[in-house]
Amino acid sequence: MGELSRMWREMPSRYRMQGDRCGNCDQVYFPPREICPVCHRDSIGKMKDVDIDGAGEILSFTVVHEAPPAFLRQKPYIIALVKLKEGPVITGQIVDTVPEEIDIGTKVRSVFRKISEDGKSGVIHYGYKFVPE
Amino acid sequence: MSGIVSYGSYIPRYRIKPEEIARVWGVDPETIRNGIFILSKSVPSPDEDVATISVESARNALRRGGLKGKAIEAIYVGSESHPYAVKPTATIVSAAIGTEFSTFAADYEFACKAGTAGMQNVLGMVNSGIIKTGMAIGSDTSQGAPGDVLEYSASAGGTAMIIGRENVAAEIKSTLSVTSDTPDFWRREGQPYPTHGERFTGEPAYFRHITSASKMMMERMGTKPEDYDYVVFHQPNGKFPTRAAKMLGFSEKQYNEGLLTPYIGNTYSGSMMIGLSSILDVARGGNRILAVSFGSGAGSDAFHIEVTDEIEKLHNRKVTTVRDMLKNVKFLDYAIYAKFKRKIVFGEEIE
Repeated sequence: MGELSRMWREMPSRYRMQGDRCGNCDQVYFPPREICPVCHRDSIGKMKDVDIDGAGEILSFTVVHEAPPAFLRQKPYIIALVKLKEGPVITGQIVDTVPEEIDIGTKVRSVFRKISEDGKSGVIHYGYKFVPE
Repeated sequence: MSGIVSYGSYIPRYRIKPEEIARVWGVDPETIRNGIFILSKSVPSPDEDVATISVESARNALRRGGLKGKAIEAIYVGSESHPYAVKPTATIVSAAIGTEFSTFAADYEFACKAGTAGMQNVLGMVNSGIIKTGMAIGSDTSQGAPGDVLEYSASAGGTAMIIGRENVAAEIKSTLSVTSDTPDFWRREGQPYPTHGERFTGEPAYFRHITSASKMMMERMGTKPEDYDYVVFHQPNGKFPTRAAKMLGFSEKQYNEGLLTPYIGNTYSGSMMIGLSSILDVARGGNRILAVSFGSGAGSDAFHIEVTDEIEKLHNRKVTTVRDMLKNVKFLDYAIYAKFKRKIVFGEEIE
């Protein structure tokens, strides 16, 4: 049940890439942070929600061959470090392509996809992944 | 006058050809190709379902309209392959596009016309003043039993229509429906694949409802087939809609733009709406469109639509068009298709 509550709490960032911006130094964070790690107490009460566009580029990537159960139908699959247009670097799956078709620097954009299912009767988790532009 | 403020579609990137399915089941591919006129059909990736297709369609519609999710006051999602039996897809779409907490939402089911039923619902709410702007989505990852004739056509895709009163790009001048209890196609609760009532599929179901609704609409509006620039019908295969068009007196020029089934298969609740979306991608102010859906069980929803000059603003935003989505596709063999579509079943303890 802990996982269910966490997923529910994180829906704004997982579903629609809601990050936040420090009102003190203007730095954008994704996933969002309660307090700016640069400005510390000066950022309290100044963290404002910001919509991340979802566009970015691949900084680096790896191909996963030993997949966890939720990804068996997708292996081998690509996990990349994506530098978002707004600045943050995040980890994300690159889908609808094969490793030969991407490279460091490939432009990507976010898409809404199914991440995993809690068995046949449990909840379905959704979130962002990336496809090449 | 109320109508379509913006629209957006989504078609998965993967495809399979009917000859590949025919090869596995020992069927002559020529009979399939000629019988249903489908050259390829779309296949959802393992991480795609009606919720993800609906969200992508909704986002394309918002982008094209230059709108934020908060502008959407109602969401209705029509599908016969909702991911949950109980828990609405509309709630997932609402969260993913960021609507306000105060939002009308529900899922609809009426075989392949659940999305257009949603359009009528939103239109009614807009016209009565309950809401200013709402969204209706038709989306499916349809099922066909292995080896069944439906396996050659059942595909995946969706379209979202944003309907409102301001900045209307295509006025919905009138809508009507026909309904009858016809046993042409159904799926019982808990069954993985649908059943079709063979002889009921064509004449008593598809053709009766489509042609009746079309004639009733033209009678109501005082129009003839030649008064329309475009016509689009539900497309269970590549043959039925063209035959219905010819029966009614429409020409190839009028139905070609909205005819997508030969390339993407039957997207069920998305079918007529993707065709309409493709027409809106090229339509100009002053164009008239007759759009008629069909849902097994059975019924049809007809729409008389007139495009306004506002459509140019939508075109100028250069959001991915339906024709763009027909390019750069990836073809699968039957084995990968079976894995993607979960026709190969792992045990519960594995997946």
